Amino acid sequence: MPGVALLVFREVLEAALIISIVCAATRGVDRRGLFVTVGIGLGIVGALLVAMGAGLIARIAHGSGQEIFDACVLLAAVVMIGWHVVWMSKHGRELAQKMGAIGSAVKAGSSSLTLLLVVVALAVLREGSEIVLFLYGMAVGGIGATGLIGGTALGVGGGALLGFALYFGLLRVPMKHFFNVTNWMLVLLAAGLASTAARFLIQGNLLPSWGTQLWNTSWLLSNGSVAGKTLGILIGYDASPAGMQIVFYVTTLLLLGVSMQRLNSAKSAYPSRDHSLAPNGTSETLR
Amino acid sequence: MKRLLIIATAVVLALAGMAFADNLPEYQLVLKDHVYQPSELKVPAGTKFKITVHNEDATPEEFESTDFNREKIVPPNSSITVYVGPLNAGNYGFFGDFHQNTAKGRLIVE
Repeated sequence: MPGVALLVFREVLEAALIISIVCAATRGVDRRGLFVTVGIGLGIVGALLVAMGAGLIARIAHGSGQEIFDACVLLAAVVMIGWHVVWMSKHGRELAQKMGAIGSAVKAGSSSLTLLLVVVALAVLREGSEIVLFLYGMAVGGIGATGLIGGTALGVGGGALLGFALYFGLLRVPMKHFFNVTNWMLVLLAAGLASTAARFLIQGNLLPSWGTQLWNTSWLLSNGSVAGKTLGILIGYDASPAGMQIVFYVTTLLLLGVSMQRLNSAKSAYPSRDHSLAPNGTSETLR
Repeated sequence: MKRLLIIATAVVLALAGMAFADNLPEYQLVLKDHVYQPSELKVPAGTKFKITVHNEDATPEEFESTDFNREKIVPPNSSITVYVGPLNAGNYGFFGDFHQNTAKGRLIVE
């Protein structure tokens, strides 16, 4: 049971951290809970399908199917996050101002919610498919139902707990900076996912590595430790990255960071442009 | 959006086509009863190589190393290949993520 709990915990943790950041980033948006729940549900269905098709995925593209699949899932999440972050830079301030107002004022976020639903679904799909394959193996190997169910419950509970901790920690950020902080967290998350995608493509010999071990900080914090994994998701930490991973990381960081900043500064230079975007005229008085 | 999808599809197909034969040195690992055989592989430093893992068990495994940064599912009764390195000299552990108590091994890079 401890073995089951530990593996499930590590996989759930990665998805839970991503879900927490997404939840924080969509704070105040109408029907957010529904979208996140649907995202998790779709992710679980996807995880089952991917686990069942694992043999097929492994055989396509001369045996590099898994790497291509993983990289595509990761890069799709990066694109969705990028889209959301840019969208939020346009509308985030209005959202922040309307947080105090109740009801219809916070509908504005829903168009971007679909993007984040996909991000949640992809995160659950990726980590979930490993859990399914692992549990299947354990079940075949003859571990009892108690060990299987108990271990899974412990692992899911533990991972979810850390996710909640991150979420409620983020809620303590003052409203004035809140969406700025969550947007930057999304940008760092996306940069890390892009770097992981590059790692898969290198592993499948589909991209050159441009230097396999640029540095090695395993002695300080290894990729295998829980702290290393957590930082891996949150900021894209990798103890010994390849050059190509850095290229993917920095490119994502610059693309999203710069477009976010440009949108923000354009907005403060021409504050009147915001007016037409506000769905509810009364919120203007809160300014 | 449509154009983006077309470009993405093209890139994926190009990548799939790029997975070509190569002349890199290849090392074999066999997984049986959730144990790696051999449990130690000696590989030269500073050379790119590939490891092929044959899973002879009836359950899936994940070949993984956090030391040299690789992870790949090995379906039951099948084989996978991962490309590794070039690595600096040293010892690098690898394991089977789904059976970490028994499936353990290391690369000795010299």
